[in-house]
Amino acid sequence: MLRALIAACLLLLLGTAARAERLIVSVSNHRVTVTPNYSGEELVLFGSVEKDSSTPADRTAYDLVVTVIGPRADMVTRRKERTFGIWINTDYRQFLQVPSYLALFANRPFEEITSPEIARRQQIGLNNVLLTQRVSGDYADVVPNDVFRSAFIRLRTQHGLYREDGTAVTFLTPTLFRTGIPLPAEVPIGTYQVEIKLFAGGALVTKTETAFEIVKVGFEQFVATSARQNGFVYGLVTAAMALMTGWLASIVFRKD
Amino acid sequence: MQLYLPVADIPVNILLVLAMGAAVGFVSGMFGIGGGFLMTPLLIFIGITPAVAVASVASHIAASSFSGAISYWRRRAIDPALATVLLCGGVSGTALGVWTFTQLRALGQLDLMIALSYVVLLSTVGGLMFWEGLRAMMRTRRGAIPPRRTHYWIHALPLKMRFKRSKIYLSVIPIVVVGLVIGFIGAIMGIGGAFILVPVMIYMLRVPTSTVIGTSMILTLVTMLVATMLHAVTNHLVDAVLALILMIGGVTGAQFGARAGQKIRGEQLRLLLGFLILCVGIRFAVELVIRPEELFTIRETGVGR
Repeated sequence: MLRALIAACLLLLLGTAARAERLIVSVSNHRVTVTPNYSGEELVLFGSVEKDSSTPADRTAYDLVVTVIGPRADMVTRRKERTFGIWINTDYRQFLQVPSYLALFANRPFEEITSPEIARRQQIGLNNVLLTQRVSGDYADVVPNDVFRSAFIRLRTQHGLYREDGTAVTFLTPTLFRTGIPLPAEVPIGTYQVEIKLFAGGALVTKTETAFEIVKVGFEQFVATSARQNGFVYGLVTAAMALMTGWLASIVFRKD
Repeated sequence: MQLYLPVADIPVNILLVLAMGAAVGFVSGMFGIGGGFLMTPLLIFIGITPAVAVASVASHIAASSFSGAISYWRRRAIDPALATVLLCGGVSGTALGVWTFTQLRALGQLDLMIALSYVVLLSTVGGLMFWEGLRAMMRTRRGAIPPRRTHYWIHALPLKMRFKRSKIYLSVIPIVVVGLVIGFIGAIMGIGGAFILVPVMIYMLRVPTSTVIGTSMILTLVTMLVATMLHAVTNHLVDAVLALILMIGGVTGAQFGARAGQKIRGEQLRLLLGFLILCVGIRFAVELVIRPEELFTIRETGVGR
C-alpha cells in the first residue's frame, strides 16, 4: 500500500519533471481560402519551447516532429494486372478513414531523433503512420513494405499530398523554431490537425496541438458544391446552358 | 491561362480546352457529326478522368446538336414521327447506359470498359468506313455504278408505320432497337453516336438523305440531354465549367468546319472520317496493351465522418 503510494508519487513527480517544457505554437493563418487560381501556398508554423525551473539544466538540444493531418476519407487503391494481353484493375484494397493530406516534418532525420520503438508508437515517419485497411473483413494496418500501402503512399506523395522531410523544421535559436507547411493546388478542404512533438535525448518530452482550416471560395467551389448536393438542379441548369449555347450559336451563325 | 475545373478537380489551360473544342467542332461540322468520339478521348488524354469526360461531353454534344437541329428544323429536314419512335428506344437506352456506367464505376472497371468500347466500336466502324470510302473512290475512278443492297428481312417485320416526311413505310421494331443501342453506348462512351446512326439509318432503314441527318440530330440532342441529367443526378460527374468551354469552342469550330466540308467530295469525306475514327480506336488499343507506367490508382470513396 505504502509502496504503491510512493511509486505513485514518484510517477507524478517524474510526470511533472517530464512536462517541464511547454510548447507554444501558432500557424501563420488559421483559415486558408483557396480561390480558383490558387496554385498552392505555404503556411508557416512557428513556436518556442518554454522552459521552467524544473527543466534539467543540461537539456539544451531539442528535436521537434510536426505532423499535419488533413481531413480523413475512405479510399480504394486498385492494382492493374495483365489479363488476356490487356491491363485491367484486378486486385484492390480499401483504406479506411485515412488522412487525405499528411505531412511529417522534423529538424533532423526521424531515425536520428528517437528509437524505432518510440517512432512506431508515436507514428513518426510515413512508414509508421497508421493507415487502416480492410483486409478480408478485418480492420488493420499492414507491414510498411506491403505493396498496396507503399503504392498508396507513393501516389499520394507524387501529388504532394503526403510528404515527410527530416530537414523542414529549423531552430532559429535553441528554443525558437519554425517550419513551412506546403499546401498543393489540389489540397483537400476541411480541418487540418497539427501535432507538435518535442523530443530530448530520444524521449518524448511534451506535445501540443493546433489546427487550421482550408476553405474553397468562389464560383468554382459553388459549382462543385451544387454538383454534389443538388444534382437535379445542377443537371437542369447544365442542360439549359447547353440549349442556350446551341440556340445562340444558331442565331450568331445564321446563314440566311 | 490556368482555370480550375470544379468537378474534374484539376487545373487546365483554358486556351488549350477552347482550342480542342474548336478543333473537334471543326471536324464535327465538316462531317456532320457530334464529335463526341473525338472529344471524350482528347479530354482523357489531357488528364481528365474518363468518367468526368464522358459525363461532361454529353452536355457539349447536346449544345452542338441543338444548334444543328434548329437549322435542320427550319429547312423542314426533320421527320417528327420517325424522331419520336427513335426516341422511345433512345431514352430507355440512355437510362440503361447511365445505370451500367454507375455499376461499372463502383466495380472499378469503368475506365477499362470505356477504353474497350472505344477500341471495339471505333476500330470496327472506322475500318468499315475507310474500306467503304476506298472502294467508292476506286469505283468512281473506274466509273462503275455502286451496287444497291437491300435488307428485305427488316422490311418484313410487323408493326409497320408510315413516316410521311421521310416517305417510308417501316416497322417500328428496328427503329426502337437502333435508338436503344445508340442511347446505351452514347451514355457509356460519351458520344452522340451520329457516326453510327446515320449509316445505319441510310443503309438499313432506308431513310432518305433529306431527313436522315436532321432526325438523327434530334435523337442525339434528347439522349444527350437525358444523359447529362442522369449523370448529374446519379454520379455528380458533369463539369459545367468544362462543358461550357467545350461548347463555345465547339459551336464556333463547327461553323468553319461545315464550310470546309462542302468543298470536299463525299467519298473523300467518308474515307477521311473512317481514317480518323480508326486512329482513335487504335490509340485506345495501344494504351490497353502496353504496360502502364503506374499500375496503382487511388479513388476516394467517402468523405471523413
